[in-house]
Amino acid sequence: MKQEIYTHTFPNGLTLLAEPMRSLESAAFTLRVPGGCVHEPEGRGGLSVMTVEMTLRGCGERDSRQFVEALDTLGVQRGDSVADALAGYSGATLAANLIPALGIYADVLRRAQLPEDELDSARMVALQELAGIEDEPGQRAMQELRKLHYPHPWGRRSQGERAALESISLAEVQAHYQHCFRPNGTVISVAGKIDWPQIRDEVERLFGDWKKVPDAPIVETPRSERRRHVPHDSNQTHIAVAYDSIPYKDPDYFQAWGAVGVLSGGMSARLFTEVREKRGLCYTVSASQATLKERGSVLCYSSTSAERAQETLDVLLGELVRLAAGIESHELDRLKARIKSGLIMQQESSMSRSSSIARDWYLLDRVRTMDEIESAVDALSADSINAYLKRNPPRDFTVVTLGPQPLEVRGAVS
Amino acid sequence: MQFRSHTLDNGLEIIAECNDEARSTSLGFFVRTGARDETDDVAGVSHFLEHMMFKGTPTRTAEQVNLEFDALGADYNAFTSEEQTVYYASILPEYQDRTLALLADMMRPSLRTEDFDTEKKVIIEEIRMYLDQPPYGADDVVRQLHYGKHPLGRSVLGTVESITDLPVEKMRAYFDRRYSPTNLTLVAAGKVDFDALVLSAELGCGKWDKVDAPREAPPANGACRRETVHKPQSTQEYVIQLSDGPSATDEDRYAAKLLATVLGDDCGSRLFWELIDPGYAESASLSHHDGIGAGAFITYLACDPEQTADNLKRLNDVLAAVESSGITAAELAQAKSKVNSRVVLGSERPRGRLFNLGGNWSNRREYRTVKDDLEAVDRITLTDLAAVVKKFPLSKNTTVCVGPLESV
Repeated sequence: MKQEIYTHTFPNGLTLLAEPMRSLESAAFTLRVPGGCVHEPEGRGGLSVMTVEMTLRGCGERDSRQFVEALDTLGVQRGDSVADALAGYSGATLAANLIPALGIYADVLRRAQLPEDELDSARMVALQELAGIEDEPGQRAMQELRKLHYPHPWGRRSQGERAALESISLAEVQAHYQHCFRPNGTVISVAGKIDWPQIRDEVERLFGDWKKVPDAPIVETPRSERRRHVPHDSNQTHIAVAYDSIPYKDPDYFQAWGAVGVLSGGMSARLFTEVREKRGLCYTVSASQATLKERGSVLCYSSTSAERAQETLDVLLGELVRLAAGIESHELDRLKARIKSGLIMQQESSMSRSSSIARDWYLLDRVRTMDEIESAVDALSADSINAYLKRNPPRDFTVVTLGPQPLEVRGAVS
Repeated sequence: MQFRSHTLDNGLEIIAECNDEARSTSLGFFVRTGARDETDDVAGVSHFLEHMMFKGTPTRTAEQVNLEFDALGADYNAFTSEEQTVYYASILPEYQDRTLALLADMMRPSLRTEDFDTEKKVIIEEIRMYLDQPPYGADDVVRQLHYGKHPLGRSVLGTVESITDLPVEKMRAYFDRRYSPTNLTLVAAGKVDFDALVLSAELGCGKWDKVDAPREAPPANGACRRETVHKPQSTQEYVIQLSDGPSATDEDRYAAKLLATVLGDDCGSRLFWELIDPGYAESASLSHHDGIGAGAFITYLACDPEQTADNLKRLNDVLAAVESSGITAAELAQAKSKVNSRVVLGSERPRGRLFNLGGNWSNRREYRTVKDDLEAVDRITLTDLAAVVKKFPLSKNTTVCVGPLESV
């Protein structure tokens, strides 16, 4: 079945993306606004998450209880999130309920009440979530890793910082909402059992007269510290390692993706085989290609008992360095089989397609079709990936450990 | 959409929901064995064995198993619970035969001593990982306290000590007792060529010998206990409550799901409005779990330690209110639309149908369509919910708190 993707950018800058999936009974939506944590003023970490929380506490004519009841009556399975550049909402429901659901979210995006008497509750929710992170050592290690590895503010954590959360005012939330919840830079994507002309007309009706707001530049400061140990009273030591790679929009992206897949795609991949299967050093070990709009990185993670952590770090770094010596074509063949079935299985889920096309739009300003991805993957060879690795060997690692004892970063790796 | 079933001569049952419209195929072996079938001297063996099933057979090394799954482009894994162990793979339809051949071969593993010794270290790391994360093993503690010596009181992971002490011979004996073809079901969903599936199963599983694999399912009369586990390193306090609920064979189970949705769904429920929306707790939920012979309602709460006592009071007030005044028609209607939407969305992928089919067959030897489930939900009335509340009082529960508080 031929994949159909529709895109339409309205005069106010809002982009609508749609992918009809006719065999499904559901429809899913993804709404992304340029309100992620890189847009927070310095020292106001958590403003984005508080703003999103406040938008759910009354919008349009509905108070927070009526809002929740309206969505529940429509059977909308939903979530909200704050990432680096974007914040947003997503949901899925029976296809007939999609348009009424979008009508409710138009209120969230454009007419949030931001009621003063809800501010302290929203603050407490944000503080509770921040406290919860303290008890998740793996997540903490990865947060520290991003903070060190990315130029500021790209490594900010979305949960924010306690001091800021305790003092954020309603005026700040209102200002953030007015600045970030705007049509230019916003993407709405839908996938599933949908009718394109109908959805386009409806989105125009809901958002067509939304007024543009000018962009504000993001000021970056370069990274400095690249090693950190966070003392933590735990059984295990958590190990987080990063190195620079290339972003999704780079013409060589799939070469980089293929190289990481050899490290960590499936149970026959190198890290799982060498660290867990052969040596029994850990339960979890992984590496993944992480991409921001303008830069890419490879982020690796493992956790293991303190007394075996040094060996785990040594083997992990050893495998990263060994990657530069090249991959074999049989390793790539398995990866190709996995991506091919992954692409086909994505077409069974409206949620997965809706978020995937929204992500593509943000990272590329267009949507890559499945055919395009499949041909790019088909065109990969061990030689092409090895040539890429020769030009871009994994090196210059950022290393964070969290646990009872610091570890040593050994050998030739810098 | 067509349901097909077949039983091999050795008793292995094969069931499938064949959907020609699907793009992928999901296959799984559902084994009726889990922590509840263990004894103290093999505590944690079901889960450890699940790992060992990937470690090779007389014709495949561990590495070959992983290589082959990846070469098929499979999305595959396994899990173990108190009641069952499940091995599954989602694949493109053209790989049905090869995937089944691999899964079937895995179901007769070598259980080699050196693989066992290496994997033991991985299991111990897995246990330590969970001990460092909320709720720090308190989920095991609450079951032990509530069920006592009943099989449902057992831990799936076991402990570092029980796994360290486990000899490979005991795992082999456990395997021989539990992995009889009569105790496994081969389940398939999505685009399935059923005749080819039976043929492959005959080839891969037809020679397995059957043995008796009985399971004891005594009624559970849960206790009503309280315990606080002091964990000074923790930032938040975590509370788990467990009370008895309808079992997997109990007709009340649909009413129980709806009751849990009204009271403890993650958004829009009574606990949400009382605890989450005002920011009193980081999370608060109540869910229903249906087991063989016994079901349970499980409440989970995470919050700032200083607010634990107040939150427990709020939680108890919510439970007391439903026992004294019931729920409203509007709440029931909303819960139905939530549950129905989840059923439909969860069924779109063959993977979702696989678990539904396997669960229904393991629990009741029953096939249910999506429509059957939707209709069952629609039929539930306020009277049905009131009956569940009366029969299974939520206030009669076991509560475990874990976190920085020395006592609650």
